[in-house]
Amino acid sequence: MRMRTMEIGVGFLMLAGAVALVVLALNISGLSLADQGGGYRIYARFENIGGLTARAKVAMSGVQIGEVTAIRLDPKFLVAEVEMKIRDDVDYLSTDSSAQILTAGLLGEQYIGITPGAEEENLKDGDRIQDTQSALVLEDLIGKFLFNKVSE
Amino acid sequence: MLDWIQTLGQNALSRLAAFGRAGQLLLQSLVARPAPFTMFPLLVQQLYFVGVLSLVIIVVSGGFIGMVLGLQGYTILVDYGSEQAVGQMVALSLVRELAPVVTALLFAGRAGSALTAEIGLMKATEQLASLEMIGVDPLRRVIAPRFWAGFISMPILTVIFSVVGVWGGAIVAVDWLGIYEGSFWANMQHSVDFKEDVLNGIIKSIVFGAVVTWIAVFEGYDCVPTSEGISQATTRTVVFSSLAVLGLDFILTALMFGEL
Repeated sequence: MRMRTMEIGVGFLMLAGAVALVVLALNISGLSLADQGGGYRIYARFENIGGLTARAKVAMSGVQIGEVTAIRLDPKFLVAEVEMKIRDDVDYLSTDSSAQILTAGLLGEQYIGITPGAEEENLKDGDRIQDTQSALVLEDLIGKFLFNKVSE
Repeated sequence: MLDWIQTLGQNALSRLAAFGRAGQLLLQSLVARPAPFTMFPLLVQQLYFVGVLSLVIIVVSGGFIGMVLGLQGYTILVDYGSEQAVGQMVALSLVRELAPVVTALLFAGRAGSALTAEIGLMKATEQLASLEMIGVDPLRRVIAPRFWAGFISMPILTVIFSVVGVWGGAIVAVDWLGIYEGSFWANMQHSVDFKEDVLNGIIKSIVFGAVVTWIAVFEGYDCVPTSEGISQATTRTVVFSSLAVLGLDFILTALMFGEL
């Protein structure tokens, strides 16, 4: 076989490998090249974070606008404090926005949903969201339901 | 009784000697490095035979394995009402396990056996000896390019296998079974991590590529130079490299994901 045919074949193999690696990185593992940029941090206290973890997404109307960067226990108020990083271009969250912990699907990951408020002023770096709603814990729900049944 | 013990000892010694010869072969063909410029055309030739010609079987089996995973995953997950998770199931099982292992097994059958038979026949027809006679080191001329070709093409084939498999799974799950496309891909992207999953799969495939080619080349180089010897060597290549791949896969998985 001629050398040229082989070289073309090998070049094609290399190219296919490179393309496949890029597809694997960007399309399948969702590695994005541009999102390691800046952002501003806001905080929120939750009574119960359920299964929320760091790197969970922060979304508004289902559109991702940031991610959870850290979760710690607030020793003064004895509730969980969640630190999240919001993308810089989303600078129009009003100070009375509320944060909820939601679940994507039945068995899906938990994420934070932000509902905008009506205030003129916007959240800045280091601000805190006051109005929060905890994760839905199934055991609590069943407990309440049973309690209601008994008291009827 | 004593005879039996003697056979045992003989076997053990010949195994050990084979291991030693294999290590020597590896060292001599890789560390005693050939000049890269004279090797390059040979390497291209071997990459063509080992890599490009294996592409078809890799693509076809990758597609079918992805499709089967999609179907099986769907029928199980639909019982729990979470059929959106098919995407992450297909992608994770392919990227972590199936792509490296199945590619290595196919590679051992498709390319490894051919390498053994080719080198074995070269030995039987005394081509290797005549190369030595005219002052060309057969390790440099014959063994090293083949080894590098296997080493290079295995990760490439594995990555292609993964992508084609995920694509096959997406065809079945999204186009035929009607899972919502957005949640299929979003779940997959959310759960597959580039470093944890993709890179570890590629590391696995590099290890498998090295082991499979090493076994294939050594069996060919070390075979008894008769037609029977070549057939035995080819069989041994496929059997040993399949066993080595499966065993190593367990060890690598335990190291990477098992927190042992």
